Amino acid sequence: MEEVTSGLAKIGTGLAAVAIFIALLLIVFFIGARARGKLQHPAAMIVFLGPAIVLLAYGLIAPAFLTTAGSFKDATGQNWVGLANFGWIFTTPSNREVLLNTALWIIIAPLVSTALGLTLALLLDRMRRESISKSLIFMPMAISFVGAGIIWGLVYEYRDPAGAQIGLLSQIAQWIGMEDPPNWLLWQPFNNFFLMVIMIWIQVGFAMVVLSAAIKAIPGDVVEAAELDGATGWKLFSRVTIPMIRGTLIVVLTTIIIAVLKVFDIVRVMTNGNFGTQVVANEMYAQSFVQFDVGRGSALAVVLFVAVIPLIAYNVIQLRKERTIR
Amino acid sequence: MSVEAHEIIPMPQPDPHGRQESIPEAAKRKLSSPWATGLVILITVLWTIPTFGLLVTSLRPSEQAQNTGWWTIITDPTLTLDNYSQVISGGSVIPNGIAPYFFNSFAIAIPAAIFPLVIACMAAYAIAWIPFRGSTFVFFTIFALQVIPLQMSLLPLLTMFNKGWSLGPIPIFPDLNKPGTEQSIFIGTYVPLWIAHTMFALPLAIFLLHNFINQLPRELFEAARVDGASHFLIFRKLVLPLTVPAIASFAIFQFLWVWNDLLVALTFAGGTPDVAPITAYLANIKGSYGAQIHLITAGAFVAIVVPLIVFFSLQRFFVRGLLAGSVKG
Repeated sequence: MEEVTSGLAKIGTGLAAVAIFIALLLIVFFIGARARGKLQHPAAMIVFLGPAIVLLAYGLIAPAFLTTAGSFKDATGQNWVGLANFGWIFTTPSNREVLLNTALWIIIAPLVSTALGLTLALLLDRMRRESISKSLIFMPMAISFVGAGIIWGLVYEYRDPAGAQIGLLSQIAQWIGMEDPPNWLLWQPFNNFFLMVIMIWIQVGFAMVVLSAAIKAIPGDVVEAAELDGATGWKLFSRVTIPMIRGTLIVVLTTIIIAVLKVFDIVRVMTNGNFGTQVVANEMYAQSFVQFDVGRGSALAVVLFVAVIPLIAYNVIQLRKERTIR
Repeated sequence: MSVEAHEIIPMPQPDPHGRQESIPEAAKRKLSSPWATGLVILITVLWTIPTFGLLVTSLRPSEQAQNTGWWTIITDPTLTLDNYSQVISGGSVIPNGIAPYFFNSFAIAIPAAIFPLVIACMAAYAIAWIPFRGSTFVFFTIFALQVIPLQMSLLPLLTMFNKGWSLGPIPIFPDLNKPGTEQSIFIGTYVPLWIAHTMFALPLAIFLLHNFINQLPRELFEAARVDGASHFLIFRKLVLPLTVPAIASFAIFQFLWVWNDLLVALTFAGGTPDVAPITAYLANIKGSYGAQIHLITAGAFVAIVVPLIVFFSLQRFFVRGLLAGSVKG
């Protein structure tokens, strides 16, 4: 009971914060609406755009500069060390493994997720009742990486092959005749793939839902015309469907790549980066908050930043094109 | 949920004459394929089994859960709610229960979903309907800010909350300490979490809401302006009510995202039962009590049940938000 009362008090704190926030806004709106004549326009600008600009400046823009500066400093953030942190990232053997793992992640996980999602989208379109399957495959999107890690930790659980198995994967391996299944999460380098499976499990639903909508939006007469010209099956798919949803495919791919680049929770919960499974985002967390090496942590964050630039830049260019067409 | 945000998804335009027979219909006539159905059912089962296994394991007595696979319930169907009562309020194995963290998650996620929404709505309105020089530039800059990964902001923001920022002698963010101590007033409160989540959510929120608000009919605003309505009145009486669908979609995303977040939580809340959310608790017990499978699975199910309820009850909005602009991370 005590838990419930203190719990309700916590939720009360949250709601009170919302109430105060709304009250403040109403006051600001009231004052802003008093503005007359020449003051009207600037008052509206400050009230409407001001909070967002201030929050973005403090939360993203200034930190980006500070972290970039920090990446050229030592562990304590006091002395400049030039490119030493980046040298450490790109030359130490343990970090080469981190970079290699991250590269494997950003190549394999997005491609497999998108390919499976596309296959499912195409298959679902041929089914009469698709909604239940769609919901269930989509469901993992709502589950946290930590939760997913525990769900899959159970699948990969290792027990002495002589005794009863708890992990589903080991049990299936034994059923199909593999007498001595390995400890999946320690089995280098394949453990990386077992971790990627979790990411794929989460992302396939996303790819499926978005691509399915794109396929449904292809106008019927385009398909009919192609069919009149004799396109069927694979030809219809590769010459009509794929080009028609090309833009959506790229968005899905880049979205998943960015998510994968920042993957942190899965690795942290499953192996904490041990056994040859470390990736850049988790190494960044470990350097910053476990080793307290601000310089190296910042440098790793900068590596992530640089890796995301081309993807967002591409999206900005696409967006500008669309705007000018409109 | 950690899909990265951005981009409106380009969709082929539907046929304006209402002839909307698409590939699926065309294919349905020719290829009513039992193979396709079978394959989809197979994948659905594969996709659902891991979560099902978690649920079953969490309901089995500790003895069975730790020594036999969950699929053996077919022969040994003993189920219990004991694990749940132990993990919720703490027991002999794991002394601290999940309950305080569960409430923390709500206390963090509700404001952290509402703050960025309101602020983003206002900013989106300003960019779309208050004419000013450089509005396009502001819009693209905000969109491009998604390039900055969360990871870049963690260390500087943590310093800001704990020690303040100053540029030489000029304070940019004050060092606010509890009276008589060296400890920041923010430690042990939800405030840094709310603010951090709000900051990180803004680029995507502004982008999505701008796409929506921008498409409201121009005549509406012109008529209101002619009648002498101020921007404040227009925003409250016209924009907010009309934007409800977009707001609902984004609110669900943001709520789920905050609820499921671990990185921001670990950085700004530590692991204390005062403020840390359920994900931090789970990551912690997974590390310290990994062998207590029955309790960890019960804890995990408590943590995922809220997002699952939100997901299944509001799936329509969720999908709409997804299609409007993809998800975030």
